[in-house]
Amino acid sequence: MKTRSWWITAGLVVLGIVTLSSALYTVSETEQVVITQFGQPIGQAITQPGLHLKVPFAQEANVFDKRWLEWNGNPNQVPTRDKKYIWVETYARWRIADPLLFFQRLRDERGAQSRLDDIIDGETRNVIANHNLIEVVRTSNRDFERAEEVEDVMEAEAMRQVELGRDKITRLILERASHVMPDYGIELVDIQIQRVNYIESVQAKVFDRMISERKRIADRHRSEGQGKSAEIRGKKERELKVIESEAYRKTQEIMGRGDAEAAGIYAEAYNRNRELYRFLRTMDTYRSTIDKDSWLVLSTSADLYRYLQSANAAPATGRSAAR
Amino acid sequence: MANSGVDFGPDDIFRLAREARDRFRSSRRLIVMILLGLAVLVAMVSSYYQVEPDEVALVTRFGKFVRTSEPGPHTKIPFGIERVQKVPVQRQLKHEFGFRTARADIQSTFQQKDQKTAGESAMLTGDLNVATVEWIVQYKIADPYKYLFKLRDVEETFRLMAEASMRTVVGDRSVTELLTVGRESIAAKAKELLSNLCKLYDNGIAVQQLVLQDVDPPELVKPSFNAVNQAIQERERAINEAWAEYNQEIPRARGLAEQKIEAAEGYAVDRVNRAKGDAQRFIALEEQYRKSPEVTRTRLYLETLSAVLPNAGKKLIFDEKAKGILPMFPLGPTQEVKP
Repeated sequence: MKTRSWWITAGLVVLGIVTLSSALYTVSETEQVVITQFGQPIGQAITQPGLHLKVPFAQEANVFDKRWLEWNGNPNQVPTRDKKYIWVETYARWRIADPLLFFQRLRDERGAQSRLDDIIDGETRNVIANHNLIEVVRTSNRDFERAEEVEDVMEAEAMRQVELGRDKITRLILERASHVMPDYGIELVDIQIQRVNYIESVQAKVFDRMISERKRIADRHRSEGQGKSAEIRGKKERELKVIESEAYRKTQEIMGRGDAEAAGIYAEAYNRNRELYRFLRTMDTYRSTIDKDSWLVLSTSADLYRYLQSANAAPATGRSAAR
Repeated sequence: MANSGVDFGPDDIFRLAREARDRFRSSRRLIVMILLGLAVLVAMVSSYYQVEPDEVALVTRFGKFVRTSEPGPHTKIPFGIERVQKVPVQRQLKHEFGFRTARADIQSTFQQKDQKTAGESAMLTGDLNVATVEWIVQYKIADPYKYLFKLRDVEETFRLMAEASMRTVVGDRSVTELLTVGRESIAAKAKELLSNLCKLYDNGIAVQQLVLQDVDPPELVKPSFNAVNQAIQERERAINEAWAEYNQEIPRARGLAEQKIEAAEGYAVDRVNRAKGDAQRFIALEEQYRKSPEVTRTRLYLETLSAVLPNAGKKLIFDEKAKGILPMFPLGPTQEVKP
């Protein structure tokens, strides 16, 4: 008898554990749970984390993630409105906003991912195909800062004004893609254009263009250098002329002033006795002009020779000197 | 043994059972003891946990977050009822974009650029050119609760956010700006955008620094960018050379001009001084002359002639009354002419 009761107790304990483990379930911070009874959803989703109870065996806990979930797009080749072929890579973050609906419509995350692929890729294509490349690349119409005095050489399409810009384009994609999401119990929280790149053939052309742009910029620098240096040389020439001519003017002025002052001094002195001055100058002139090539033809009537023939000659009236 | 053949009866079965029960009873206590000891050991081991100085630990009970533990030794309810997740909140974490450090050391080594890193760094600039940008983002986990429970794969998402932010900023800059003057403002702006995205995503990450590393034009275009730099050098050199010439010649010309002016100044002073000297001499002489003009005059005349006459090559003295001599005077160039 004792053995049987032991077996029964053991059986009951096992049964109790199985029942309890079926009735109890935990919801973690990152989870939300939809309870189904024989496949039929019961009540609201449970989002409160912790230990919960359900009817054992009959009810099943379907666990969904509560966090923001990944969706990473593949690179998409899309033509823009101005016929530029680009690779666009977007990513999105989404969450299961209504687990019940999500469970009914998509069953699981794999179903959601494939639906997101369709919707986001499609809307990205639509929006980008309707806009010029510049709208996808630029965000605003801010002016580019200049690195040097020389302006960048730029393509016309890069100078075009931006109407929407990257931010608004992504918001547009988000808005359009979000449209159908509530039907799936999904909330699309964000979409970002992660990468935009030229396709290979366009890239080659862009490289060519960049090379020619740089060449033009380099040429401009070079000719600017030549221009500037010519300008500096011209400035130098001009300044040289100014300096030289001014120096000439000043020297002439100074010398003239000296001459004038000297002339004044001479005039003042010599005016005291003009006759004496003439006499002295004449004497000086004799001294400086008569040399060994000079012939002197002198008359005995000259003052010097007055006494040559007689010691008592009368004074002469004039002198004569000649060459 | 009695359990052989046909005489194996129900008595034997009861006996065997009794024997087995006795054996079991004696060893049961030991088994229970061992099991209990094991359970206690497991409980002790699984209820202890340690938090390192740069971490905090988040404890969940039945999946529900209950507390945060600071660094040090701690206990929790064992058997998976309480679970611990550690988050390095004090550590400065880093993501690299466009390159990977293979080994950080005194001289760090970097991995070869592969398709993945090349894809991260290639981007379009605002003037529709292409550039490769490498950068790093340093961040801290500011809110471990959000970091753990808000996003699935928070790190990968953070990388995507950083890429999108950087491309948004570079997309609004010209390639020249990106390569030269714009670096700092680009880093600052990208950090701002990334911080805003973190706020929007509420991922518990605080961006601390965003630093641009190598920023280059694409490999194929690099030579022409270098050519621009060379042209700039050339321009600078041409300008510098012209200035050098200018600086060589202008000061010299100034000096020469100054010299001429000084010389003129000297000339003027010389003239005036001489004039003054001459004048003084004349005045002095004139004063004496006035006292006895006749004598002075004659003296000066005779002095002059006596100085002059020896110098003159030929001298011819004739008497006015003797008119016959002159026609005989030979006007030849010879020096041996007798008067």
